[in-house]
Amino acid sequence: MPASLILSLNSSVLGEFPLNKERITLGRKPENDIQVDNLAVSGQHAAIITILSDSFLEDLDSTNGTFVNGKLVKKHALKNGDIISIGKHELKYVNDEASTEDDFEKTMVIRPGMAGHAAAAATANAANNAAATAKPFEAASEGELPLGKIQVLSGPGAGKELELRKALITLGRPGVQVAVITRRPQGYFITHVEGSEPVVNGQSIGAQAHALQDHDVIELAGVKMEYFVMGSGS
Amino acid sequence: MNLDGKLEVTGLSDVGRKRSHNEDSIGSDTGIGLAVLADGMGGYRAGEVASAMAVNSIMEEVREGLKQIKKHGDVDEDSGFARESVLVREAITRANETIHKAAISQPQCQGMGTTVVTAMFYDDRMTIAHVGDSRLYRLRASTFEQITVDHSLLQELIDKGFYTPEEAKQSLNKNLVTRAMGIEGSVVPDVQEEAVLPGDVYLLCSDGLTDMVEDEEIHSTLEKHSTNLDTVAAELVRMANANGGKDNVSVVLARALKPFPSSKRSWYSRFFDWFS
Repeated sequence: MPASLILSLNSSVLGEFPLNKERITLGRKPENDIQVDNLAVSGQHAAIITILSDSFLEDLDSTNGTFVNGKLVKKHALKNGDIISIGKHELKYVNDEASTEDDFEKTMVIRPGMAGHAAAAATANAANNAAATAKPFEAASEGELPLGKIQVLSGPGAGKELELRKALITLGRPGVQVAVITRRPQGYFITHVEGSEPVVNGQSIGAQAHALQDHDVIELAGVKMEYFVMGSGS
Repeated sequence: MNLDGKLEVTGLSDVGRKRSHNEDSIGSDTGIGLAVLADGMGGYRAGEVASAMAVNSIMEEVREGLKQIKKHGDVDEDSGFARESVLVREAITRANETIHKAAISQPQCQGMGTTVVTAMFYDDRMTIAHVGDSRLYRLRASTFEQITVDHSLLQELIDKGFYTPEEAKQSLNKNLVTRAMGIEGSVVPDVQEEAVLPGDVYLLCSDGLTDMVEDEEIHSTLEKHSTNLDTVAAELVRMANANGGKDNVSVVLARALKPFPSSKRSWYSRFFDWFS
């Protein structure tokens, strides 16, 4: 039995929809898998992505929003019994399989092209809509990381630039304050090494690695510098 | 470069309490500063074949490849990575081909695969490379941090905002990895470099540890027994088994005892002049 959604309005059931596809869309327009013809519902309102026995709800930037158990959500991992509300319509998520928890599965591999990339596909599809909900954070698997650059803003070296081409770059002055910038698959991170903790945008980063964002201002050993992502049009 | 006396490495692999055999493999060579851990999967005993092949093949490739590196920490201009990083990446790629060939040519090995995480120490820094959901953590001063990001469905869903890390713990899709060795003809490992400070403790582990023991408990165990890595290893395995031991549990621990720069000038002094 696949999981399903039971559509109802004012407590009367209008239909049941099995979640038997990787992606099921919900909206007012007829091309949706689940059509809810009501003006409170956006043309493309929400999507449900199903991966094995788990389903995920994503609001597609609808005008009036998507609610789960009374709470406004953008993205939500569905649990058995959840009530999704759009306008006055309700959809109850029913998934009997999901309740058998402690059945410890062996590790399995999802090959690319299988359901593993359904989440990626969902985000990509959303991006195609005019009202895209695409997340800036893509899975760190494919594609080259854009090159980062540091420009010195103050001190004798002001104006100097350093392209962050190396996987590990050290900044600062040994004995005073040292930090390293490392290129991880998820982006550039700055980590404290020696002396006091470096300051990014006026805030001390603490002892943990800190993910750098475009235009972050780093202060280190009395020198201010700015981090850029190259090719970002800035 | 011989890291004996500058680096301390120990490891422990345990079958756990529910599985009939151990599909994890570990390996280390303190002298060359290499630690490898793999968590195999698939088929009748093929998981342990895959993980052992990964560990042995990577260790062998790195040992051979290091002979070609004249200056440790030297940067490969094309990639921006140190030559050691390029070597580790190639070693993983080669090991992947070997495992994949075995998996498609031998019926009893069909569908086998393995995760891998490696740490390679040189020139006051390290290369970390991984495929799958085996992890590397670092304890520096009193900060405990996960350095690798899992290649798992769960991590992808967290990254995309469907789950918070807390919700993810309740998820059913815990053991789906999105990248593994041996499954396809090629694999892309995540490779990164980090600076190493004396006193740092590194933990490589399989998901049999992290599924059973909370990060905070691992952290406090490392702090409590940090003077004796063997005790830490035994204690972590004991805790995983005490919490159910549903999977094989493996750990490799490494601690930097002294600085190990490749030349007299430490690696950072070569870089810091550029803005002064």
